[in-house]
Amino acid sequence: MKQLLKTLTETFSPSGYEDEIRKVILNEVKSLADEVRVDALGNLIVRKKPIKGTKSPKKIMIAAHMDEIGLMVTHVDDNGFVRFTGIGGVYPRNLVGGHVRFANGVSGVIGLEPTSSPSDVPALNKMFVDVGATSKKNCPVKTGDVAGFERSFLDLGDRLVAKSMDDRIGCLVAIEALRALKSTPHDVYFVFTTQEEVGTHGAQTSAYGIDPDLGFSIDVTSWGDTPGQKDFEVALGKGPAIKIRDGGMLSDPRIVDWMIRTAEKAKIPYQREVLLGGTTDARAMQLVRGGVPVGCVSIPCRYVHTPAEMVDFNDVKNAVKLIGLMLKNSVSI
Amino acid sequence: MLSIGTTQFKLLEKLCNAMSVSGDEGEVRRIVLEEVKPYADEVKVDALGSVMVRKHGTGKKPLKVLIDAHMDEVGFMIVHDDDDGFYNFEAVGGIDPRHLVGKQVIVGKDYTVGVIGAKPIHLTTADERKHTINLDSMRIDLGPEGKAKVGDRATFATKFKHVGPSIMSKSIDDRIGVAILIELLKYAPKNIELCLSFSVQEEVGLRGATVAGYYFEPDLAIAVDSTPARDLPDYDGSENITYNTKLGFGPAIYVANSSTIDDPRLVRFLEETAISEKIPYQFRQPGGGGTNAGAIQRSRAGVPVVSVSVPHRYTHSPISVSRVDDWKNTLNLLYAALKRMTPDILKR
Repeated sequence: MKQLLKTLTETFSPSGYEDEIRKVILNEVKSLADEVRVDALGNLIVRKKPIKGTKSPKKIMIAAHMDEIGLMVTHVDDNGFVRFTGIGGVYPRNLVGGHVRFANGVSGVIGLEPTSSPSDVPALNKMFVDVGATSKKNCPVKTGDVAGFERSFLDLGDRLVAKSMDDRIGCLVAIEALRALKSTPHDVYFVFTTQEEVGTHGAQTSAYGIDPDLGFSIDVTSWGDTPGQKDFEVALGKGPAIKIRDGGMLSDPRIVDWMIRTAEKAKIPYQREVLLGGTTDARAMQLVRGGVPVGCVSIPCRYVHTPAEMVDFNDVKNAVKLIGLMLKNSVSI
Repeated sequence: MLSIGTTQFKLLEKLCNAMSVSGDEGEVRRIVLEEVKPYADEVKVDALGSVMVRKHGTGKKPLKVLIDAHMDEVGFMIVHDDDDGFYNFEAVGGIDPRHLVGKQVIVGKDYTVGVIGAKPIHLTTADERKHTINLDSMRIDLGPEGKAKVGDRATFATKFKHVGPSIMSKSIDDRIGVAILIELLKYAPKNIELCLSFSVQEEVGLRGATVAGYYFEPDLAIAVDSTPARDLPDYDGSENITYNTKLGFGPAIYVANSSTIDDPRLVRFLEETAISEKIPYQFRQPGGGGTNAGAIQRSRAGVPVVSVSVPHRYTHSPISVSRVDDWKNTLNLLYAALKRMTPDILKR
């Protein structure tokens, strides 16, 4: 599992450019699924059919997003410095000292224009990628090229660190839950979605296509257990977080109950999550067509949207167990 | 290569001089309907007022391609009769109030001419002159005979001009796209099913295109619009690195904006088409803004999209400026792209 997580997190895949990660995931899931397809926006849709003879099975959609935040070139200047904008929630202070790689394999480091005080962080438009070029002519990238952050996977035992834990950890949980799911009374669609970081676009269109009866997302959530963090009770190592609300969605109480009941029955540790800002693919799923009851299983994650996102391996394993049980047994909501 | 001649200039002039503020696009719609009817297999005005056009291809199941341009323009709406021929107004779409004082406008169906004025320099203080006048303190002055009604639309009175290599108008955004679509329909290639949406209400939130994408359910879509160029030198002599696009550098192909990541397969396809047809092109700088492509991308189960724009300076002001060559090259890039399209371009 850790080896797969290393591969998943080290793969290049900024929003809209998910080809590489889709190949990796497809390779893992194709032997586990009854049906696999890629839709118009690049979502990877992996279906596990219900046991034969199941009467009116529920169509359940589970979304984990494949994309990650990244950079896009806006201009290469006369001296070969690469100006850029963010793809998704890219915060200037997390870029300082960063190392990026472009789709064509070119690497570079992030440099800053001088600020009035050394502790100031400039805005994105005062930063640039230095790819070692000296002129516009010999610069190997051009306007519109896409870059992802580079950082090796780090195994600290229980705690695991990587650049794109958001949301490769969700992808891993989905893959492992599928692997463990030998049979199900439901018609299950695991969707590895695209373009979550730029507005949950992949989840919106794939949910329309699938038209599920109910669903949930698997994504990272914020954390409250490092110095100075306030007003958020979720901590690493205390179990997957069952989302009750976030900045864009109120989970359907019946879905929340289903998750909690399953966890308590199996004595799986869990936390109740009330997140004020941010949202997940579940928001988009909830609002398609005539509406869908949704929720979210969150993996607590420190330092979200930095190149060093940290999760607890026990939370991950417990999320796999929880989702596996939810899908194995019948549900009435 | 398709050319831009007297017919095309005359049509663009007619389109640009029409008043078609978001939500009240009837004037442009009438011109569009008249132009497309002789060439289309199907023409329909949808519930929101957009014009939907279809031209069948040959073959069993040709690629269904939607090309969109919006018929509406930014402008104003009268919100209160302030007596004596003065009218309070709101902006429809994104308008910078700094562009407004001292401008002539036309109001309502009969194009009543009015003026947005301000205190003259003789009567203002040095401090007043430092500040922007906000919309609330402005009025449209129609004179004591003025008979505007609350809800009437208004737009800039500027007339279309063709000057040397340039065209100038209040509404290049997006009549130039409308003109391009009409031309593409005349020369629609047979390898695809060509769907056109002349959509309403883009400037107030991509509303017409939202339902147009749903209606056609295409295999792919291209939004044809007009985008700002801020290609002037920077005042301190440093390199201008935030120009968005540049006049004279050809059609601007989008890669990403704040609402859409353009489909990389279509971006690559347009670039390859431009290179092999020797048509100049540029990439619009990724950044803010949005086009109808965003709305179409998320309709139903999703649509691969890309945007292509003709650059213009001085967006959403009384007068924008574009180059005839950019117009021509945008038309020809799209024409060449349509002719070369096969289902293979969507292969992953």
